[in-house]
Amino acid sequence: MRRIGVVVFPGTNCEFDTVTAIERCGGQPELVWHDRRSLAAMDALVLPGGFSYGDYLRPGAIARFSPVMSAVRSFADSGGPVLGICNGFQVLTEAGMLPGALQKNIGLKFICRTVTIRVETTRTPVTRKAMQSMELSLPINHFEGNYTCDSNTLERLRNEERIVLRYVDNPNGSMDSIAGICNEAGNVVGIMPHPERAVDHLLGLEDGEIIFRSLLDTTIGH
Amino acid sequence: MNSLTNYLVLVEVRPRADVADPAGATVERSLPALGFDGITQVRVGKAIRFLVRATSRDEAKLKAERLADTFLANPVIEEAEVSVLSPES
Repeated sequence: MRRIGVVVFPGTNCEFDTVTAIERCGGQPELVWHDRRSLAAMDALVLPGGFSYGDYLRPGAIARFSPVMSAVRSFADSGGPVLGICNGFQVLTEAGMLPGALQKNIGLKFICRTVTIRVETTRTPVTRKAMQSMELSLPINHFEGNYTCDSNTLERLRNEERIVLRYVDNPNGSMDSIAGICNEAGNVVGIMPHPERAVDHLLGLEDGEIIFRSLLDTTIGH
Repeated sequence: MNSLTNYLVLVEVRPRADVADPAGATVERSLPALGFDGITQVRVGKAIRFLVRATSRDEAKLKAERLADTFLANPVIEEAEVSVLSPES
């Protein structure tokens, strides 16, 4: 059993879906409250979606100063796999663990629907069991999902194979249709779609499983 | 003598010129329908006011600028302008 820490800030609201998804994929999830300072016992971490600290100032801006974030940073620095989903992705960019920022959607609409996502690299902890160019049906649910960065950063992301997921039909104005990226080392990944809401065929979608199965596979040996 | 004074500071946070501003664009598009003509380049940001306790106006500004650069604005998409409005007694 692999222990996956699911980090909970005040205002996080996707933690129980994430816990269920990890359990269904054979892992052992553990909720980690934002005041925790050590994560040494974990094999991987997920920062789930929601509205941490009410999204006040900017999504993720305040969560970045939570005590748990220095532990998340040390965990990542030691090579531990970290996945930020939606608000979790926003937290990781605000914390400087991933480059760029997530702006308001073009058209100023909150978008909640299923979209087609293409896997652009299988060299990350959350896509290693997927296939290159594989298309996944995953829900998105965000107001600030419009990925933005400067042109040098975009060039680096492209050249270093750090664009992990792209929208097939860009819904929010994201630069280069980016739906997910990783850090230089490849162990920290941020994605806007919600794989934890796509792990049950009775609910219509199960393409999210491959993300969690990959993560569980990656933790072996960490 | 270094006595401390409360300075009233205003930080204006706005989207950087080279970054799309969906809120500004939406407001601008709605203006003709409301009868406001000739208004262009609308940018929507935030205004944040607070008191800074400091020994001088310069120190207050410096403190506020550090706060703006590290927290109130995200330099990837925003810029901040800090003004010291007045000393508060």
